Amino acid sequence: MRFVLRRSGFFLLTLWVALTLNFLLPRMMPGNPALAVIGKFKGGITPEALKALDAEFGLNAHQSLLSQYWTYLGDVATGKWGVSLTTQPGNSVARIVLDALPWTLGLVGITTILAFILGTLIGIIGAWRRGGRLDSILPPIFVIMTVIPYFWLGLVLILFFGVKLHWLPYFFSYDYTLTPALDWTFISNVLEHAILPGFTLLITTIGTWILTMRNTMITTLAEDYVRMARAKGLPGWRIMMDYAARNAILPNLTGFAMSLGFVIGGAILIEEVFNYQGLGYLLLEAVNNDDYPLMQALFLLITVAVLVAILLSDIATAILDPRTRGAR
Amino acid sequence: MATVQAPGEPGPGDEAGVVVGALPVPGEWGIRPGISGARALRRLGRAVTSNGKAAAGAILLLIFVLVGLFPGVIAHDNPNAEIYHVSLGPSSAHLLGTTGYGQDMFAQVIYGTRPVLLIAFGAGLGCTIIAMLIGVAAAYLGGAWDSVLNLITDVLLVIPAFPLLIVIGSYLHGATTGVMIAVITCISWSYTARQLRAQALSLRGREFLEAARVRGERAIYIIVVEIIPTMTSLLVASFLTNALYAVLFSSSLQFIGLGDPNVVSWGTMLYWAENNEALETGQALWIIVPGLCIVTLGAAFALLNYAFDEIGNPALRPVRSMRGKRVKPAE
Repeated sequence: MRFVLRRSGFFLLTLWVALTLNFLLPRMMPGNPALAVIGKFKGGITPEALKALDAEFGLNAHQSLLSQYWTYLGDVATGKWGVSLTTQPGNSVARIVLDALPWTLGLVGITTILAFILGTLIGIIGAWRRGGRLDSILPPIFVIMTVIPYFWLGLVLILFFGVKLHWLPYFFSYDYTLTPALDWTFISNVLEHAILPGFTLLITTIGTWILTMRNTMITTLAEDYVRMARAKGLPGWRIMMDYAARNAILPNLTGFAMSLGFVIGGAILIEEVFNYQGLGYLLLEAVNNDDYPLMQALFLLITVAVLVAILLSDIATAILDPRTRGAR
Repeated sequence: MATVQAPGEPGPGDEAGVVVGALPVPGEWGIRPGISGARALRRLGRAVTSNGKAAAGAILLLIFVLVGLFPGVIAHDNPNAEIYHVSLGPSSAHLLGTTGYGQDMFAQVIYGTRPVLLIAFGAGLGCTIIAMLIGVAAAYLGGAWDSVLNLITDVLLVIPAFPLLIVIGSYLHGATTGVMIAVITCISWSYTARQLRAQALSLRGREFLEAARVRGERAIYIIVVEIIPTMTSLLVASFLTNALYAVLFSSSLQFIGLGDPNVVSWGTMLYWAENNEALETGQALWIIVPGLCIVTLGAAFALLNYAFDEIGNPALRPVRSMRGKRVKPAE
């Protein structure tokens, strides 16, 4: 219980730091770039929205910094996230974000789960057949895979499977000509559009799972209880899964809980490359259009997602591994 | 992605020392006190030449450094001059053809090496130094200092780095190489600081530190002369990791147009290529070549780092001796 409380305290502190960064960054930059943009689009904004922006960016310097800060914190806490300036002028930021959220959750979420399962399995088998064909080929390949920029791999895949071979679509999340509906034509179209971005993400993230699992598994395989299981003559797969993998999976499991938090911000560049209308694409749209309120809201959302995931992962570790509970 | 350790708690990876790029188990070299920095470096040199991965990484890196130092020797064109026909294919005059603006692409790739290397080395060194100061100070000073420094490290560790870089980049409007180094350094030193703190903590109460204290040495002397040399291998590994991330981060930022678009560098090449729809208009080389350069440079750092992990943690070395056969189950 004390553990959870302490972690929650840390959670709140980090959240406060992220909020303060959001507040201070535009004010620290030379000439407060946000001011210029807001000034340009002042006409299209309702007065109450303008008041929120006022607190967020320090629009007119009548208020002191401290009182601006308090208003800003209050606005964020009560869900007044302001309106979009340029991306969808006048629309509320919350609305825009909610529209984009399902696309990111679907694409990146499912890919992350797939990468975790596949990567962990490959890691288990690789460590079990240490020095075998799989073990000697895969890790080096995936070490190299992890140094490839996601976005560049996406571009290369677009070149071969999209531009050259015309096998797969690579623009937007479904065909422009279709109207969204819950029928097979639309769903299969959406799935088809998700193959290339999903595959790009899968092969760039799977390496971490494989390596972590393999390396922990190798340590576990040297334990006495594994030797004991061998001496008892248990079948190989049982030793592999029930004795070694079960004990070695902890780092991967906690890593998985954490990576779920990165889902929201994890594929920013892939969404950009494939023009996939998720949160990452939205963030870059906001950045390119100097739409600072939208950008700030997305950054906060990404931070909160990561924080929640880390909190969950800590709690999961505490439940799964009693050794960590009393530490410090 | 997701290799961030759960902050505040010694995660399972810390114990086993097996998380990729993480703290190696106190091995044959590394934390053995009394080994001077110079001797550890010599051992490092021997390890590089005897390990295939390390040798490959070192040679690749050397080639890039030479290209970055003397680009004019290899490429004779001005990378910025828009003086040729646009979108030419590869030929003997233009080894990689020309860009959509009529610049010689080979010259751009060659001249683009220097800013990338500057960022890699600058941010790699910057992160390692800041992490070293903060990590070691936290561990050595202990008490309230430790709590405060540790808290700062942990908070920075969990704030998503790349989105934060994007936010800062969007306010900056075109970050030059120097600004890029500064921003990446400020954002990404925290992971290394945690590792180095853990390493320094493990030295607490060792006799050679006690001896230095009894001799009446000052704290700064003990930190610089007694503690830091025992971390040579870890410092090298953290430099490599941070350099790799700096390459990836800076290229990504430049690709989305947050770098200075007038600096010739691989990331900005990709930005201009994407702006010209290079893939759809048959100028695929404009995308492929700078990307391959990023991957190769990244691989050089990763290979070196992977090799150091193997050297530091013998359990991860590939098995090829008798032992492997004995461990392998009879199936």
